[in-house]
Amino acid sequence: MKARVTVTLKNGVLDPQGKAIEGALGSLGFDGVGSVRQGKVFDVELTAGSEGEAQDKLKSMCEQLLANTVIEDYAITLVE
Amino acid sequence: MKSAIIQFPGLNRDRDMIAALTKITGQAPELVWHRESALPEVDLVVIPGGFSYGDYLRAGAIAARAPSIKAVKKHAEAGKLVLGVCNGFQILTESGLLPGALMRNRDLKFLCKTVHLKAENTDTPFTRAYARGQVVACPIAHHDGNYFIDEVGLKRLEDKDRVAFRYCGADGAVNDDTNPNGSVNNIAGILNEKGNVLGMMPHPENLIEPAHGGQDGRILFQSLLEAVA
Repeated sequence: MKARVTVTLKNGVLDPQGKAIEGALGSLGFDGVGSVRQGKVFDVELTAGSEGEAQDKLKSMCEQLLANTVIEDYAITLVE
Repeated sequence: MKSAIIQFPGLNRDRDMIAALTKITGQAPELVWHRESALPEVDLVVIPGGFSYGDYLRAGAIAARAPSIKAVKKHAEAGKLVLGVCNGFQILTESGLLPGALMRNRDLKFLCKTVHLKAENTDTPFTRAYARGQVVACPIAHHDGNYFIDEVGLKRLEDKDRVAFRYCGADGAVNDDTNPNGSVNNIAGILNEKGNVLGMMPHPENLIEPAHGGQDGRILFQSLLEAVA
């Protein structure tokens, strides 16, 4: 089974890297960019008996390692 | 005072910490490889600075899941002392031994310079040799030292006097200009609820003899010596 996990900073947590990227887009002449927030993507291949089991495993992985839930949110999508 | 140092691949400030502990406590720390699941019987465990696992994923994230950190948790639960400096502080927050998180510095730069710290809570084993409000010099060297905690957590820290050190000016002024990395409330070091775990970004072990340009860093180690004696 393949899954994509997206980890993003929570609302209200400052993202200086996103701000710097936003500034660089402005320097390149892209106007109308409201804001940029930087995140991470993990493509995970795993073995699981069912989609539900895969979801549970991935949630556990996010809670324990992939995301720092003090500052980050995560989203799990089963790709195939 | 008996101490131990946890060593991870990628930590590079362990040598300085070993030298400081040996010189000031008169006893060399025991060295514990990160895969060990038990610690020697010691009063103090130190997680030093550096870049464990190259800061992959998040600074301290991989190291915080090592077997040795489970042993550090047991050591802390038993009421014994744990000190995390720089990457050690990041590992302590990632492991849940301390609240909050350390994020990329506000100005995105790696900072390597000497700053000033104000000793806030001096009623702890780590800080008892400081005068309350004492301003000391201390080196910093980090890219991810921007301490963040949500409002509820911050209130809990402040109300319970769990901020050990704050960044300040030479005159003791605590404000945005004297905040090197964007940390909330200029926080440089915090304590756990019981007061036996301290995490701090600055490096007191790098300012302990005249050749370093000062000896302000000794006060922290002297506190520990007094506390354990």
